[in-house]
Amino acid sequence: MASILAVDDSASMRQMVSFTLKGEGYSVVEAVDGVDALNKAKGQKFDCVVTDVNMPNKDGISLIKELRQLPEYKFTPMLMLTTESGMDKKQEGKAAGATGWIVKPFNPDQLLKTIKKVLG
Amino acid sequence: MSIDMAQFHQVFFEESFEGLDAMESGLLNLDMGDVDDEVINTIFRAAHSIKGGSGTFGFTAVSDFTHVMETLLDEMRDGRRQVTQAAVNVLLGSVDCLREMLTAIQDDSDIDVETVSEHQQALEKELAQGGGALAQPVEVAAEVVEESVDPGASPGWEIAFSPHLGMLRTGNDPVRIFRELSELGDLEVTVDFRGMPSLNEIEPEDCHLSWKLILKGDVQESEINDIFDWVEDECDMAISPLRDENGDYIEAQAIDVEPVVEAVKQQPTPVAAKADAPTDVNKTTKPTVKSDSKSKDNKSSGSIRVDTSKIDTLINMVGELVITQSMLSLVGEHFEINKLDQLKNGLSQLERHTRELQESVMNIRMLPISFVFSRFPRLVHDLSTKLGKKIDLKLVGEQTEVDKTVVELLSDPLVHLVRNSLDHGIEMPAERLAAGKPENGTVILEAYHRGGNIVIEVVDDGKGLDKEKLRAKAIEKGLIEEDAILTDKQTYELIFMPGFSTAEQLTDVSGRGVGMDVVRRNIQTLGGNIEIISELGKGSTISIHLPLTLAILDGQSIAVGDERFIVPLGSIIESLNITDDQVNKVAGKGETFLLRDEYLPIVRMHEIFQVESAQRTNLMDGLVVVVEGQGVRCGLFVDDLLGQQQVVIKSLEANYRKVEGVSGATILGDGSVALILDIPGLVRLSNQ
Repeated sequence: MASILAVDDSASMRQMVSFTLKGEGYSVVEAVDGVDALNKAKGQKFDCVVTDVNMPNKDGISLIKELRQLPEYKFTPMLMLTTESGMDKKQEGKAAGATGWIVKPFNPDQLLKTIKKVLG
Repeated sequence: MSIDMAQFHQVFFEESFEGLDAMESGLLNLDMGDVDDEVINTIFRAAHSIKGGSGTFGFTAVSDFTHVMETLLDEMRDGRRQVTQAAVNVLLGSVDCLREMLTAIQDDSDIDVETVSEHQQALEKELAQGGGALAQPVEVAAEVVEESVDPGASPGWEIAFSPHLGMLRTGNDPVRIFRELSELGDLEVTVDFRGMPSLNEIEPEDCHLSWKLILKGDVQESEINDIFDWVEDECDMAISPLRDENGDYIEAQAIDVEPVVEAVKQQPTPVAAKADAPTDVNKTTKPTVKSDSKSKDNKSSGSIRVDTSKIDTLINMVGELVITQSMLSLVGEHFEINKLDQLKNGLSQLERHTRELQESVMNIRMLPISFVFSRFPRLVHDLSTKLGKKIDLKLVGEQTEVDKTVVELLSDPLVHLVRNSLDHGIEMPAERLAAGKPENGTVILEAYHRGGNIVIEVVDDGKGLDKEKLRAKAIEKGLIEEDAILTDKQTYELIFMPGFSTAEQLTDVSGRGVGMDVVRRNIQTLGGNIEIISELGKGSTISIHLPLTLAILDGQSIAVGDERFIVPLGSIIESLNITDDQVNKVAGKGETFLLRDEYLPIVRMHEIFQVESAQRTNLMDGLVVVVEGQGVRCGLFVDDLLGQQQVVIKSLEANYRKVEGVSGATILGDGSVALILDIPGLVRLSNQ
């Protein structure tokens, strides 16, 4: 089953994302910010990355930008979790190499639907 | 799939309260002249996380409220809005309001709608003044309009799709798009190779292909647009309705109108999601939330956040313990006398590991005192504004760790002490300048470890306590006799007596002196004590001494006949044999003995606890243990001193009833029960 890296500085969101995905059989690794995520992504290849945008240490957009530079993550789907007001964030994220986004607030079903969309 | 969202609520509340604390301290640290971007960012992130979480978990009132805060903070963050004291004050108020909202939700009680709308109006007013306008609602409105004028359905669509070269590099696979389209209807895909360069020029990571897609079926144009939403800027795309044989557009039929409306409704647009998700969540989670809050009667229990490194240590220790255990069971299986050394070795290892494990487990309950201290910057900020005083607060030793229970119970007494310092201690700026002091008063909150205790000090450089005034007041209140001779220490301690207040003018800040005696009582129930040192005109220092933990105690076990008692190690001063000429019998007041020019009362343990098996009843035969509790010293007459050990305190009150002179009980290694002595109580008991 596909492996997913879930990045969010908020523990409740992280747990929700991780719990939902694990329930569908995905193997999920959690990271608390961009720096943590980058380290984890270098240690193991993930099939998909789901990241929050606003985070301390390294935000989601810089994370995506840096991950895209890595050969293993050239084509990996990377989704950002963004709020409805963040239209410019979406553009910024796309420019950094994000595959797409999931608009907050979302429920577990919406999350799964989107993940299935990119992972097939 | 249904997931019980209630399971994440507790974590959400915890992190939200932490976020609010972070916002509060961030706001208080903002320097109007030179705003630190990172501070604003931290505040913004906290608001943003609360908004995201509350939206996801269905607390719409919270997310709506936070949204306004977030907008304001976002403008500050982007430099579109100046950070003013007025705005900071409004934000601080909103932080309080949010805290109340979250507490209300957590307790399953109603949110105070009026207060919320008051704060929200204040925020919106602030938002309306200067800076950018509210962008978001306009945006949403526009989207709604767009949806409703969606052109009718067509029996099919023709899509010309030519991705830009770099589309693959954002992880967008055309196959995914085709797969989704094929879920909407019948899809015909025709690939166009014409863009392909020759083999030696080809860049394998670029996308050189383009496609013509025919999608047949009852499909909305917006549904197609949704699928291409992510790649909008990374491809050239044109959607046109399918033409019939005559080349005319095939028009949607009237019958289709009903499903069209339906389809629009089902669109997973942000607007629809916003309206649907929360109600859904509410329905499924409400009952669980209720049962949660019911089981959560005791406010001080609940969960605890533990540093992962502490857990790691714990797991390590358990590993060691398991190894020792298997080693011991190996020795025990075929035990021969020549393996005795091995056995002893194993046992001493077991002892060491058990002790280390115990220490690590106790460590889990330890929290940094910053949990209590962190609320004071705000308190001081608010109070000093209210009182018109200028006060700097310094926090020292915030990382000092102390038991969770102590942390929780310490909060209220400390608030009282700090308020007192601010209100009665620190003078008005003019008064300070006149006295040759700096205009700004200083209050220091400091915590540090000393021995097995934690010491917390509240230091101010205010006017200090006036001994004469204290004395006069105490006499006036009838608390002491007019001719009473008091040491300085005793004079200062008068403020801890019930019904005592020195402020010439009572204020609503620190009330009418009902507090200090309560503060002292609270500290004493925690097993600690409180002292005050003061110098007129220079300031006061109040020190609180508390045991590090309430669950474990370093004790000295003593023997009286067959009974074992535990004396808290910290209260023992010395142990000695006394001689006949030291003893002094006072008629009606029992026995005393002379120790370095001081007569101390002797408490005969075997008499107090009626131990009939006591071996030594003659004072010369046994030992006298000199103990001190709450400033009173006495000598305990016991048979013998045994070992020192850590004991786990079991409440006698909860399991039996309160017994004077005894603070609890513990179970010894051999399974017998030993009482833990309460020294002040014992002294009182012996005086009766």
